[in-house]
Amino acid sequence: MTPRLELRNICKTYPGVVANDDISMSIAPGEIHAVLGENGAGKSTLMKIIYGAAQADSGTIRCDGQLVETHNPASSRALGIEMVYQHFALFESVTVVENIALSVSSTFHLDSLAEQITELSQRYGMPIDPYRRVHDLSVGERQRVEIVRCLLQAPKLLILDEPTSVLTPQAVVKLFETLRQLAAEGCSILYISHKLDEVQELCDSATVLRNGRVTGTARPRESTSVALARMMVGSDLPEMRLDPATPSPEPVLEVRNLSAPPKDRYGIGLKDVSFTVHGGEIVGLAGVSGNGQAELISLLSGERLHSQADTIRINGQPVGRLDAAGRRRIGTAFVPEERLGRGAVPPHALWENGILTGHRNGLVRNGLVNRPKARDFAGAIIERFNVKANGPGASAQSLSGGNLQKFIVGREIELAPKLFLVSQPTWGVDVGAAAFLRQTLIDLSRAGAAVLVVSEELDELFEICDRLLVICQGQVSAPLHTAETDREEVGLLMTRLGGQGSDKRSGELALQD
Amino acid sequence: MHFRIEQRPEPSARMRVAAPIVATALTLLVGSIVFAALGHSPLATLHAFFIAPLSSMNGLSEWLLKASPLILIACGLAVGFRANVWNIGAEGQLIIGAIAASGVGLFYPDPESVLLLPLMFVAGALAGMGWAAIPAFLRARMNTNEILVTLMLTYIAVLFLSWLVHGPWRDPAGFNYPQTALLPPAAMFEPFDYAYRLNGSVFITVVAVVAMWLFTDRSFLGYKMSVSGAAPLAARYAGFRESAAVWTGLLAGGAAAGIAGMAEAAGPLGQLSSQISPGYGFAAIIVAFIGRLNAFGIVLGGLLMSLLFLGGDSVQMTLGLPSALTRIFQGILLFFLLAADFFIFYRIRPLREHA
Repeated sequence: MTPRLELRNICKTYPGVVANDDISMSIAPGEIHAVLGENGAGKSTLMKIIYGAAQADSGTIRCDGQLVETHNPASSRALGIEMVYQHFALFESVTVVENIALSVSSTFHLDSLAEQITELSQRYGMPIDPYRRVHDLSVGERQRVEIVRCLLQAPKLLILDEPTSVLTPQAVVKLFETLRQLAAEGCSILYISHKLDEVQELCDSATVLRNGRVTGTARPRESTSVALARMMVGSDLPEMRLDPATPSPEPVLEVRNLSAPPKDRYGIGLKDVSFTVHGGEIVGLAGVSGNGQAELISLLSGERLHSQADTIRINGQPVGRLDAAGRRRIGTAFVPEERLGRGAVPPHALWENGILTGHRNGLVRNGLVNRPKARDFAGAIIERFNVKANGPGASAQSLSGGNLQKFIVGREIELAPKLFLVSQPTWGVDVGAAAFLRQTLIDLSRAGAAVLVVSEELDELFEICDRLLVICQGQVSAPLHTAETDREEVGLLMTRLGGQGSDKRSGELALQD
Repeated sequence: MHFRIEQRPEPSARMRVAAPIVATALTLLVGSIVFAALGHSPLATLHAFFIAPLSSMNGLSEWLLKASPLILIACGLAVGFRANVWNIGAEGQLIIGAIAASGVGLFYPDPESVLLLPLMFVAGALAGMGWAAIPAFLRARMNTNEILVTLMLTYIAVLFLSWLVHGPWRDPAGFNYPQTALLPPAAMFEPFDYAYRLNGSVFITVVAVVAMWLFTDRSFLGYKMSVSGAAPLAARYAGFRESAAVWTGLLAGGAAAGIAGMAEAAGPLGQLSSQISPGYGFAAIIVAFIGRLNAFGIVLGGLLMSLLFLGGDSVQMTLGLPSALTRIFQGILLFFLLAADFFIFYRIRPLREHA
């Protein structure tokens, strides 16, 4: 049978990096093929070459036996190749339906397109309001837009880059059903992931990349996850050390009856949120993206203020009206979901980004920045957290997502926080670095800090958290002890909590089956 | 063959050095073609433009005299521009500064006091800051657009000056000309040499350049402002207040422009009339950007801009070139300068046809 897609000897070099080195693979029609690899292994480059967003230096691509010559995303779409990027390619200032209309080449009517979007998105359990503006959407919601955009085109080859990280377990099941159905209809699927269990569940075959080369091919269902991980990382993963928690008697963070209006008309308001985080424990906040996490975390970090000071207490002190600088002064550190532009200033060097929150560690004297100290501070983070960067002078935007995340987490930990807020700690981070970051969070909490982790990856939360909270529609569940609950229960809370109401949004969100 | 413009991963150090050289070479080339096409000798014209103005003591004096306010104002404005605070009303702040300083100089009870000049300095700075405080307050409190407010306040300042010199402050012994009385000698900067107009106010500019460098490059407040400019969300994340950046940026620009206005009134002008600035406040915006918002770049930018003013006058007088042509030439130079700068951060890459 003619392969749907065949790559031969693809090479691609960027200045200083060989991104792809002699890569060959082929995918049959209707096959679900995984591309496994750590960040920086060259997966994203390879996908861009297939999609035509980047050009290979040498090598050939054949689609249905035909040599693909002039190649760009538009011609790929004409060939029936669609891609969901890990970093979304959406126009922020216009609505969902307008974004999708822009990538549909035929003439279109926004209203009928909006209907199709609503219909498709509901069928695949990814409800999305076509008339919302993209800049108001959370990361998870943006991904839904991308997936729906591709599905509208009835593709022959669908490329998905880490698609499940923002979905509930039930929605992942739903998505997999969809993908299997698509595959049964003859659509080939390229599935990029680092989640071995998903790959084993979904994919027929797998190509493993490391440092730009193919290090192996496998039938994931017949292989063990240890064997796959070894092919990816090149060595065995470190074991997670998780000592039992010894929570402090008094809570470090106490949230009591916190209600807040949405930050804009598309946001989610918080309704009567109460919980505590004690020193020495890790509490996880699970939930589908866009259920009020952004509002809650910005209220906790002090980026947004609350009119009632005593709804949020840190070490007993009411802080609702204290700004981010004030909360940092009393021992809060925070790693935001967005690394570039929020956690770090993209064009600034790492030593300058160290000053951003590290200025309290003696980097400023008499109002002047102490440059040698700032360089040492950044250098120490780079070393201790194993950040792959060209020294403290490298700009933040030159780092890969995982390495920048290590730098930001490292910077915040260097502040010796009493309360550590982390949002999406391992989003887009490779397996090795993710394991390291999780161990870092555990170590920090066992040293006595209170850690609150907001994550959309349930596996991660179950792995490191002592207690779990679930947020849905701006309401936060009672705490669950990780040892006494399971994915099923949490998954249901992620969608059902507050879904009994009659309003339309929660009705949509509750639509599981 | 298709080309694509793409951002460089790191700004190019080589282009940073090459950009001004390339821009100058291209300007000379295109300028020569234009001059030759109109029947003027390129060499003679370029000589009249760039060499002649600087080949006499008076020329040098005028060069620095005009560069000084440009550099001073550009330094103040760049503080705000680095934080995305767009004060384009320096012209108005300059006028208000000149009015306040002249008011002190004209109406202070003791016209021979040695305190007069320092008082005028303070009055000019405070008045410029006061004028800039209006858009700062509106932006910080009500999120109004400071570009519009500063620009509109400039028109108000121009008309206010016009009203003063036509009305209440008109010199009773001035034959009805719309101008004030001359400032007393104690209210004037003394020229270094009475044959030329250059005076001690250039030292204010020197101090301002050093202060601006210290502030933007070394101070923590300057660091906070550059974060606000490059990534507003990161500033909020770190707990740097946006309103602090707005106030600092606008007040720095206002103070610099106000002082420049004072130095004009107490220097080459000696009195107020309805036209006191040849557009220093607006030209300084260009100077700030030619200088890449960097203190020493601004010095070079200011010197260049001043030379363009002088050279433009020179070719009109000596060769009889139309003033429009000199403007075109100035435009060509600025275009190439800013266009060459673009390639520090971006590059053009040919797209290959085949994958």
